[in-house]
Amino acid sequence: MIPLSWLIALSAVVFTIGVVGVLVRRNALVIFMSVELMLNAANLAFVAFANHMKSLDGQVFVFFVMTVAAAEVAIGLAIIVHLFRLRETVFVDEIHLLKG
Amino acid sequence: MLVALFVGFAALLVVTSLMVVLHKNPVTSALFLVLAFCSLAGIYLLLNAEFLGMVQIVVYAGAIMVLFLFVIMYLNLQHDVETGVQIAVRRGVGWLAGAGLLLVGVTLLRRGWTLGPTNDAMAGAEHGNVAAIGRVLYSRYLFPFEITSILLLVAMVGVIIIARGRGQAEPDVGTGAKEDA
Repeated sequence: MIPLSWLIALSAVVFTIGVVGVLVRRNALVIFMSVELMLNAANLAFVAFANHMKSLDGQVFVFFVMTVAAAEVAIGLAIIVHLFRLRETVFVDEIHLLKG
Repeated sequence: MLVALFVGFAALLVVTSLMVVLHKNPVTSALFLVLAFCSLAGIYLLLNAEFLGMVQIVVYAGAIMVLFLFVIMYLNLQHDVETGVQIAVRRGVGWLAGAGLLLVGVTLLRRGWTLGPTNDAMAGAEHGNVAAIGRVLYSRYLFPFEITSILLLVAMVGVIIIARGRGQAEPDVGTGAKEDA
């Protein structure tokens, strides 16, 4: 039996790595990947608690989170492709005007 | 044995996540993210979530990361140019903020917390995790499950509209989609 606190700590560490990635990187695609890391850290916490409480609800929630993440990735990548066509860059520093 | 496997997967997960954030080349970052998702799937298997482990591999490591790699190669991105004082300062601030967040998390975890009563057994788990998930998904969570399909439909339509672009679509509606395909 894996201790619950280890799992929560691992989830916190992965979430923090995702936050740092969003703050540090300039490439919009890598920022997106960091967001995925954060979502997966939250999923790990869900699964850990579901296993500990012997309940399936947490796992069903993770299923829904995965669906939303898939939709979010598709939309986000479409926006990035469109942005690249307009501005020829995916660096978030150079995309700073609301009215492009 | 279980704990040893968990420690291995956890170490792999942390190292690959760090490489995703640290590596300059976006393609390498994406491949490390695939590895991170695979190790997370391993952890799911250890936590009696076989269905989620499989879905993690198929949906995340398969579909989502293929989409990422496709877009990275489609845009033909070069290595990130990350030099200059401003970027160095922002990188320092980013790592400091991350350390602060981790500190908050550690403080909250150390405060002492307990969980409510646990169930005796997972509902319907005697036929395996996949059957149990399916039973819950199609009974108690039927309405959210159906809403999810609508969400995916809306996302699909939205992606087609956004990626097609406004410029080409309006003059020739008939051939606009073909040019982008």
